[in-house]
Amino acid sequence: MSFFKVETRNVSLYYGNTAALKNISLGVPENKVVAIIGPSGCGKSTYLRLFNRMNDMIDDVRVEGEVLLNGKNIYADGVRVEEVRKRVGMVFQKPNPFPKSIFENVAYGLRINGVTNKRYIEETVERALRQAALWDEVKDNLKKSALALSGGQQQRLCIARALAVEPSVVLMDEPSSALDPISNAKIEELIWELKKKYTILIVTHNMQQAARVSDWTAFFYLGELIEYAETKDLFTNPRNEKTQNYITGRFG
Amino acid sequence: MQQRAEASPQTMQSTAFGARRPVVYYTDSLIKSVLFLCALVSVFTTIAILTVLLVQSYFFFKEVSLVEFLTARQWTPLFAEKHFGILPLLSGTLLTSLIALLVSVPLGLAVAIYLSEYARRPVRKVIKPFLEILAGIPTIVYGYFALLTLTPLLQKFIPHLAGFNALSPGIVMGIMILPLVTSLSEDALRAVPDSLREGGFALGASKLQVSLSIVFPSALSGIMASIILALSRAVGETMIVAIAAGNLPQLTFNPLEPVSTMTAFIVQVSQGDTPYGSLAYNTIFAVAIALFVLTFILNMISFRIRKTFLAAGGG
Amino acid sequence: MEHYKLQALRQRLYDILFQVLALVGLLMAVLVLLWLLVTVFEDGIGRLNRQFLTSFPSRRAEEAGILAGLVGSLAVVLLTILIAVPIGIGSAIYLEEYGKKNWFSRFIEINIANLAGVPSIVYGLLGLGLFVRWMQLDRSLLAGALTLSLLIMPVVIISAREALRAVPAGIREASFAMGATRWQTIWHHLLPISFPSILTGIILAVSRAIGETAPLITIGALTFVTFLPDSLHSAFTILPIQIFNWISRPQAAFHENAAAGIIVLLVITLLLNATAIYLRNRFSR
Repeated sequence: MSFFKVETRNVSLYYGNTAALKNISLGVPENKVVAIIGPSGCGKSTYLRLFNRMNDMIDDVRVEGEVLLNGKNIYADGVRVEEVRKRVGMVFQKPNPFPKSIFENVAYGLRINGVTNKRYIEETVERALRQAALWDEVKDNLKKSALALSGGQQQRLCIARALAVEPSVVLMDEPSSALDPISNAKIEELIWELKKKYTILIVTHNMQQAARVSDWTAFFYLGELIEYAETKDLFTNPRNEKTQNYITGRFG
Repeated sequence: MQQRAEASPQTMQSTAFGARRPVVYYTDSLIKSVLFLCALVSVFTTIAILTVLLVQSYFFFKEVSLVEFLTARQWTPLFAEKHFGILPLLSGTLLTSLIALLVSVPLGLAVAIYLSEYARRPVRKVIKPFLEILAGIPTIVYGYFALLTLTPLLQKFIPHLAGFNALSPGIVMGIMILPLVTSLSEDALRAVPDSLREGGFALGASKLQVSLSIVFPSALSGIMASIILALSRAVGETMIVAIAAGNLPQLTFNPLEPVSTMTAFIVQVSQGDTPYGSLAYNTIFAVAIALFVLTFILNMISFRIRKTFLAAGGG
Repeated sequence: MEHYKLQALRQRLYDILFQVLALVGLLMAVLVLLWLLVTVFEDGIGRLNRQFLTSFPSRRAEEAGILAGLVGSLAVVLLTILIAVPIGIGSAIYLEEYGKKNWFSRFIEINIANLAGVPSIVYGLLGLGLFVRWMQLDRSLLAGALTLSLLIMPVVIISAREALRAVPAGIREASFAMGATRWQTIWHHLLPISFPSILTGIILAVSRAIGETAPLITIGALTFVTFLPDSLHSAFTILPIQIFNWISRPQAAFHENAAAGIIVLLVITLLLNATAIYLRNRFSR
């Protein structure tokens, strides 16, 4: 068993012959928020996508090492990626609701799990929307198209959609970079709330955001994990020179 | 309620990933196989085309040498004295196709430049559907028009014009392929980056100067690709020539005389009661192979040019 | 300074001249189209009555009608849709969503592009060799529909692929991230979203199939049919072949019949095309 909720052990990832991630070992304790920072192209999104195997979608990708979820390697033979993804929710950079009603967006995860009980679905949708702090804004318009919502609301809807199936872990890939400052603040508040129940990995470009929302921070550079420490330590007292340069804005 | 709990995610957490293999996963891989078979149909189509044409024309070339087929100057497989030279059909095909290009290329290019460089949205919204209507008219209709409307009209101006001739179907075919030339050329012109145009405008060039001296040359290979594709379409066009060109294979480039084309000849034989398996019958497969090869080469050239054009960023 | 002004003025003139030229050219094409429609209409409208629509062909022009051709055309096209649409969309889905980007998918792709450029008459010979002779379907409705299916399949595949490709990548990611299988993603999201564009492509392909003449002449569809097709194996004719037959006769009375048949054919194809154009404008962003 692993001490961590999710963990990578000596993971390397190759696109063809180029290594995009080099021998990365990192563990995330339960109910913590881990921020992943680093300059563009450092592999932080690729790293995040290891945990729900979204990298599998790309041809020519090879993964070495172990990615553990609740102590089990999700890259082991016989593992269904779909089963993994049902337990690992993901929120993307750009809000990507389905062009369906608000209700159907949140209920989708249940439906593909074969849940048919109408009351259970309704209860779950409400719970998820409340968790995503969207319920009060949409409760009278659940039948309305999700595309009619504002960008910030859409992103919270996507969070609700991910939460509806009660995942163990939630991955967030720059969840507020496409949003205005007010929506951004709401999302950050939400993350703070959510970590009581979920374990969260968040990729961000925004160092202030990383400092505000996360308990631990990992700094990636050119596919390598340079430094991983408690957030307040990493930002006040970085041990590596590259980390120091990055967080003081000397490159990136 | 029991069932609900079973399907809810909490309980799945306790099982190992993939230990349960619900029906959806079997369905998914089954569907994948079915779809793969669908995709194979197009491969089989190509194989079938080649097989049918090669096998049937094998019987033809057992009796007629390839040299005669390619060099003899007469095509009379349906007469008592038989000659099997494809040149007259080829000349008829090229003649009608070139007339079609003479009509469609200048007009098509002018319209394409107009659409991509000048026309505003509302104008485009009228012109594009009009071109689509032209493209949607069945060729049999064009054939009727060529034989019964255009030819009589042309005869008023050209006294020596035969009732069946290459000119009239050629012109009508040009109108038929006009939409193709226009839309493909317009795509090529639009692929030219705006920065090039801006460079020209910054030097004080007029719109026409920019269009003709900067945009047009940059899009030239894309435009060539569209013209070659249009030629291929004209070569393969059947009903217009079958109706209006006269079914008289003769080695001529005089547009006022009746000719036959490869496609029209195939229609002519298919319509008649030529017995299956006879030499005369097998000629259509030999002609079809020539037609297939010709259009294939043209399509390939067009495809290649287009690809390099697009790979070069449209410039 | 004067010189530059003059120069600019002249350029402006050329600019206008070119636009006028292009528009005049276009106008000529419009006029030709109108002329075509008007002559056909004038020639044919006199024959277009109930008797014409409900009669079989006849040796006497004034007694002949297009019933057999019309019913044959509708039957053959309906069958063609049933065959070509599922297989065409199926291949498009496979190539776009399942196929890996390897040599085989590139090969299929080039192959389909080529098939789209093969002259329709060659498909006729394919149908003759494969369906009529080898599979011994004879000159039946089924042989005709199979031939037309292969003919329009590349068009259906290409347009369906474009429609699928136009679905934003975010939708796929969202669905997969929820744990949906590929087929669930396709069935729940991609097909509903791309449905209007796929439908547009199908309608255009069908419109083309209805107007096709040459391939069905080649497989030996009859020209003089005095019965309606009653099974997949029944002989048949189609409207364009009936028209072709009338055009080929020397008597002017039959030409009138041809024109009247053309009016019917044009109404069908133009309606289909208009529907497709409308659908595209309505649903394209």
